Amino acid sequence: MKYEPIIGLEIHVELCTQSKMFCSCGADWFGKAPNTLTCPVCLALPGALPVPNEVAIEWALRIARALGCEVNRESKFDRKHYFYPDLPKGYQISQYDMPFGINGKLDYSVVDFTKREVTACTGGITRVHLEEDTGKLTHRGSETLVDYNRAGVPLVEIVTEPDFHSSKQVKAFLEELHAVIKQLGVSDVNMEQGSMRLEPNISVRLVGETELPKYKVEVKNINSFRYAAAAVEYEIARHIEILEEGETPVQETRGYAEDKKITVSQRVKEDAHDYRYFPEPDIPPIHVSEELLQRVCEEVDTHIQPAKKATARYDSMIGAGIPATTAFQIAYSEELQLLYSTVEKILHTVEDSAQRVFMVNAFLNYPATGFGKLLEQWDTKQGEMSSYLSKEEAIKDFIKPALIADTELVEKYKSGNVGVINSLIGPLMGKLKGKIDPKNLREWIEEELKK
Amino acid sequence: MDFTNCTLTSARDLLLKKEVTSVDLVQASLDRIHNIDKDLNACLFIDSENALKKGKESDVRYQNGTQTKLDGLPIGYKDAFTTKGVPTTAASKVLSGYIPPFSATAVERLDEAGAIGIAKMNMDAWAHGSSGENSDFGPAKNPYDLSRTPGGSSSGSAAAVASGEVLAATGTDTGGSIRLPAAFTNTVGLKPTYGRVSRYGIVAMGSSFDCIGHITKTVADSALMLEVTAGFDPRDATSSKTPVLEYTKYLDQPITGTKVGVIREFMTDGIDEGVREVFEKSLELLKSNGCEIIEISLKNILDSMAVYYVLVPAEVSSNLARYTGVRYGIDRSHFSPEAKRRIMTGTFTLSSGYYDAYYGTASKVRRLIRDDFVNAFKEVDILVAPTSPTVPFKLGDKSADPLQMYLSDIFVCPMNLAGVPAISVPAGAVDGLPVGIQFIAPHFAEEKLFTIGSAFERERGEIKDLKIVV
Repeated sequence: MKYEPIIGLEIHVELCTQSKMFCSCGADWFGKAPNTLTCPVCLALPGALPVPNEVAIEWALRIARALGCEVNRESKFDRKHYFYPDLPKGYQISQYDMPFGINGKLDYSVVDFTKREVTACTGGITRVHLEEDTGKLTHRGSETLVDYNRAGVPLVEIVTEPDFHSSKQVKAFLEELHAVIKQLGVSDVNMEQGSMRLEPNISVRLVGETELPKYKVEVKNINSFRYAAAAVEYEIARHIEILEEGETPVQETRGYAEDKKITVSQRVKEDAHDYRYFPEPDIPPIHVSEELLQRVCEEVDTHIQPAKKATARYDSMIGAGIPATTAFQIAYSEELQLLYSTVEKILHTVEDSAQRVFMVNAFLNYPATGFGKLLEQWDTKQGEMSSYLSKEEAIKDFIKPALIADTELVEKYKSGNVGVINSLIGPLMGKLKGKIDPKNLREWIEEELKK
Repeated sequence: MDFTNCTLTSARDLLLKKEVTSVDLVQASLDRIHNIDKDLNACLFIDSENALKKGKESDVRYQNGTQTKLDGLPIGYKDAFTTKGVPTTAASKVLSGYIPPFSATAVERLDEAGAIGIAKMNMDAWAHGSSGENSDFGPAKNPYDLSRTPGGSSSGSAAAVASGEVLAATGTDTGGSIRLPAAFTNTVGLKPTYGRVSRYGIVAMGSSFDCIGHITKTVADSALMLEVTAGFDPRDATSSKTPVLEYTKYLDQPITGTKVGVIREFMTDGIDEGVREVFEKSLELLKSNGCEIIEISLKNILDSMAVYYVLVPAEVSSNLARYTGVRYGIDRSHFSPEAKRRIMTGTFTLSSGYYDAYYGTASKVRRLIRDDFVNAFKEVDILVAPTSPTVPFKLGDKSADPLQMYLSDIFVCPMNLAGVPAISVPAGAVDGLPVGIQFIAPHFAEEKLFTIGSAFERERGEIKDLKIVV
């Protein structure tokens, strides 16, 4: 029997605003001494009231917009109730039925580097909403300690449609989402520090079935995209095994154990917990003004350049004469993608096609910061590195002495054996690497030999 | 010195004339409390050391001529108001030992104006109640008859002002909790428009209902206090940016030609005969001063209690969720029966499957009631009603039947649904017990209350047959 996985993702992104979501405490909680970033509001002292952080709202709208969502011009906050020691008010201020963004999508590509194949995919975004983070619990023996530094930090929750059918898709989508949010500059999106959190919801059905499976398993404690793919793979296999036996996997929450590369049951997920949502009476409804919406759209359109997607990048490099392998590598690499704007500059300012190829290759060979330095030395007029030796210096200090030292080679060359030049190229390049453009070496040796 | 007859205004006059010092006033207040509070039980915590210290500081300012608006005047804070460094319990054992690290905005403003907080006032625990009998520390008593309630939930505040322990006291009004006690104790109780005075730092009961106000001896004092407490607060997202008027300028303005609406739906058999007589006489008084009395219908108003008791417990159940004993106070098992009752009711109405039928529907009816008020004010300038259908009842009379107790708020809670401002002014007496009259104005038109309230007060003159027994 053939099975197909149905996967949806729930992602939490911590905004790197200066203040928390509902009070003016600093939001930069990571690594700070416990309970030093608190105030009556985020400690939920009697009488304290929440006042929304307008920057956080604007940044949440940016995320919604960047993910192609419809922005709800009329929105509100709601109270989500449950009791837990890290939730000081006994409710979380979140958004229930009128989130900031709905019905979006994010296009992404699944790249196969070996086959050099790119598959275009789309992940539907159900909703984007804004809420506050909880405090942090630390278990120490029989005690549990509570640190409220993180309580009240702004969180954007992104929920996708169950549009993913493989671990590759999940990983590729997450990488694209990560890049988009990073470009917006609204979050560090660092999974290790917790500024990006992820929970996949996984189920499996027979190929050909159209209804969603009657169960789903939520997986927590995933700390990287790689682990996300691994956890998804593990679950898919686990579900298939159960289904083959004619059983249905239990609807539950499981934790990913990265050391053993398995998932472990944490708690059985009953029907949705009754959070007793009602509109937050301490915060008036939010009207997203025309002015705000315009500003958000402008910000997004400046930072997220939809045209500069991988395929467009690839095409523009091919058009500039960059070889296919190089073009592919730059267009589809996550790291190099972010530096593509630098490559773009080269492609526009360098006229000579051979030089363009040189620069792009140099880009690939140098680490990002090194390449920046390289770029500073690039003399567009001369079409070469300004820190290079001049032709005269190269000949005088390196080439000439080499020829003087090897009179036998010079003799052979002059008697018509031009191939001997090759034996010079290697050693000379060893001394001259980074000091001249390699292409010039042969030419200059020949010039000198002709004298 | 006899405090019993002083008002904020008259005491300030004495201070300015240097006939008395702030320390004198503070000491007189403390002495009065010392003498009578064991019978009255209006005070939960007396801040004598701080009060005397502030009194001395105030006197220096009077000497230098740098005195502030309410400088040196002894007041009380309902114990729902957080006061920095001073125990705050909201009259509940659950907050035992809680000493706030900050003060409510209203407290800060009164403090900055020089008012001296003498004591934290008794109340129904968490403001749940209409008689003061739900206090975890025993009920406050009515200074006119110690076997009767001073009204609630601002029971201590009303008893303290009426008996001269303090010259004014703050209160909260979620469903009549300032106006009812004022009517029961021959004092003036103001419920401002929702959002007029910041709620920051005040123990929340019903977040979309709570109004921050005060109890004073006169309408003039009420206007003076509102000038200090009113105004936008960036720490309260529901506080209004509507400009604050110089309310004292609206006292003693003419009221001829004022259209006064009597709410038809309120004029039923449920009002005690004596109370009704006082009300009718009051209407006559207004008429003879040039007011036009018009009967007006607010057709959804009788649904107010039902709407109130669906919405408020819901908000209560949510607002009390933070009291777990983890960060302050003690655990939830110490909630008294009324608090538990409201938490359970509220949790139920918010529950999945019930939200639409209860909270959802009640919210819609609330909107209709609010619209009734807004539409009424297109026909009339002011609405008028008795504050309470009865005289102050005896302690123990209604405490066994929560529903009976809830019905004492029938004339006062609709205004909290609508958010409109209202004031209770002493109107007369029945068998030696105080009766109040309630004026209601459009949103953010408190000045209209002070105009008609002060005129009524002046024309009414002294109320005979009322005597404090402490």
